[in-house]
Amino acid sequence: MDFISILSIFVMACFVGYYVVWSVTPALHTPLMAVTNAISSVIVVGALVASAAAGSPLAKWLGLGAVVLASVNIFGGFAVTERMLAMYKKKDKPAAKGDSK
Amino acid sequence: METHAVNPWVAVAYLVAGVCFILALRGLSSPATSRKGNRYGMFGMLIAVVTTLMTHEIASLPEIVGAIVIGGGVGFVIARRIQMTAMPQLVAAFHSLVGLAAVLVAVAAFLNPGAFGILGADGNILTVSRVEMALGAAIGAITFSGSVIAFAKLNGNMSGAPIMLPARHVINLGTLILILVLTGLFTNSGQAGPGENVLFWIVVALSFAIGFLLIIPIGGADMPVVVSMLNSYSGWAAAAMGFTLHNTAMIITGALVGSSGAILSYIMCKAMNRSFISVIAGGFGADAGGAGDGGTKEQRPWKRGSAEDAAFLMKEAENVIIIPGYGMAVAQAQHALREMGDLLKEHGVNVKYAIHPVAGRMPGHMNVLLAEASVPYDEVFELEDINSEFAQADVAFIIGANDVVNPAAKTDKSSPIYGMPVFDVDKAKTIFFIKRSMGGQGYAGVDNDVFYMDQTMMLLADAKKMVEEIVKAL
Repeated sequence: MDFISILSIFVMACFVGYYVVWSVTPALHTPLMAVTNAISSVIVVGALVASAAAGSPLAKWLGLGAVVLASVNIFGGFAVTERMLAMYKKKDKPAAKGDSK
Repeated sequence: METHAVNPWVAVAYLVAGVCFILALRGLSSPATSRKGNRYGMFGMLIAVVTTLMTHEIASLPEIVGAIVIGGGVGFVIARRIQMTAMPQLVAAFHSLVGLAAVLVAVAAFLNPGAFGILGADGNILTVSRVEMALGAAIGAITFSGSVIAFAKLNGNMSGAPIMLPARHVINLGTLILILVLTGLFTNSGQAGPGENVLFWIVVALSFAIGFLLIIPIGGADMPVVVSMLNSYSGWAAAAMGFTLHNTAMIITGALVGSSGAILSYIMCKAMNRSFISVIAGGFGADAGGAGDGGTKEQRPWKRGSAEDAAFLMKEAENVIIIPGYGMAVAQAQHALREMGDLLKEHGVNVKYAIHPVAGRMPGHMNVLLAEASVPYDEVFELEDINSEFAQADVAFIIGANDVVNPAAKTDKSSPIYGMPVFDVDKAKTIFFIKRSMGGQGYAGVDNDVFYMDQTMMLLADAKKMVEEIVKAL
C-alpha cells in the first residue's frame, strides 16, 4: 500500500472515531477508556512481527517484551471492561426504556 | 514467502479487525448493547493476532506463546482483583504499558528494519518510515512516562499537589521543539551510520523526559483530563506504528483511540470551563492544600445536622437528589449510599443521582461506582438532564462533592471556577452536605457559599460512616 492510501484510511478512521465516540453515553465513559486501552494494544501486531523475525536477537527480545506488555493490556483491558459493563443494570421493571442520551 | 503486503486476504482480515474495534466503541452508546460491543473488540483482537502469526515466518513460537501467557495471566488477574475505586490508577497504568510497548516496537523496527519491510532499495530505512518510527517512539515514550506520573498521583504514591519547576514552560517548550528538530534531522540523515543511531536514541530519551515534565505540574483533580489525554496519545502511538507496518487494523484503532481520548479531554475541559492549554500548563489548585485548616478565614455561621435529622427529613421528602463526588470514592461509601437510596424508595421517596462530568478522577468514574453498588443506571442522570429538577427537589444530598455545587461558579467572576457549569443545589428546599470537616476546601481552593445557606445542614463525618448512620436511623 502506498502512503496516500494509508493516510486516507487514517483520516477516514479519525472521522469515524469522532462520530462514534460522541455517541457514547457519558455513563459509560470509564468503560470507554478501558476498552480503548484494550484495543490500542493492537500494537501487539508490531510486537509479534518483531519477535517472530530472525536476524536481530535484541530486536526479538524487545519484541517479546512488547508482547508481554501488550498482552497484559489486552487481557486486563477487556476483562476489566467486561466486569464493569456487567454491573450496569436497569431498574427491575423490564418495560422501562432507560437510555440516557 | 507470503508477506502481509502481498496476500489480499490478509489485508481484508486486518480490515475486519478494525471494523470490529469500531463496533466495540459503537456498542457503548447504550449499556444494553455495551457487552456485545466488548465481545466484538475481543474478536477483532483475536483476528489481528492470529492473522499476524499465520502470515509471518515465526522463528520463536514457544517464546511468543510464553510471552502472551505471562502477560495475559498478569492482566487477567489484575482485572479480576482491582477495586472499582482504583479504576483511574489502573487505566493510567495500562496506558503506560501501551506507551512502553510502542517504544519497544519502534526500537525493534529500528534495529531490525528488514523484518518490518521498511528497507528501501539502497539498504537504508525509508524516509517516511523513519518519520513514523521516530514519532511512534516519541509519542509512546511520552505516554509511558506521563502515565507513570499520573498513576503515582492517582494511587497516592506521589502527592496530588502540582510540582512547579522554575521556568517549566520554557523547559517544556524547548524540549518539545528539540524533539521535533532531532526527528527532522534523523529523517533526513541519509545512511544508517552511528550518528543517525544517536539521534534516534536522543529523541526517545527526551520524550521520556518530557512526558514526566509535562505531568508533574498538573494537580490531582485535573487528572481526568490528563488520563484522557494520555489515552489519546496511546492511540496516536499505535497509529504511527500502524503506518510503519502498513497495517489497517492498527491505523483504524489508533485513529479511534486517538479521537476518543481527545473528545474525552474536550468534554472534561468544557465541564470545568477551562481551556485545554490551561489544564496542560498545570499549577491549578496549587494553593489548595497549602493553607492551614481554617483559622485564617473569617468565621461565618453554619448549621450542623445529624444523621437523625437527615433521615427524618429525607423520609418525609418527595424528591431527593444525591450528588456524589470524589469523596464518596475515597470513603468507599457507594454501597451504603445505595442502601440509603433503597430505604428511601421504600418510604415512597423519589431518589435520583446527579453526576457532574468531572466528578471523580476520570470520566464516568461515579457512574461505575454507582453501578458497582447496583444502582440502576436509569436512576443516574447527567448534569444538563437533571439540573432543572432541583427547584422541585426537597432534599439535595451532597456526598463528597464540593466545587461542582459551588454557586460562585455562576456569580463570582473572580473565582477560579467561574463559568464552570454547576448543579443548582441552592434551589432545593434542604441541602445536606457531607464533609469531613469545615476546614478543608474543594480542589479549587475556594470557599463554598452553600455551606452557609439557611437551608443547608452540614453533616461533618466520614462519608461512609455518616451514610451508615442515616441508614440506621431510617
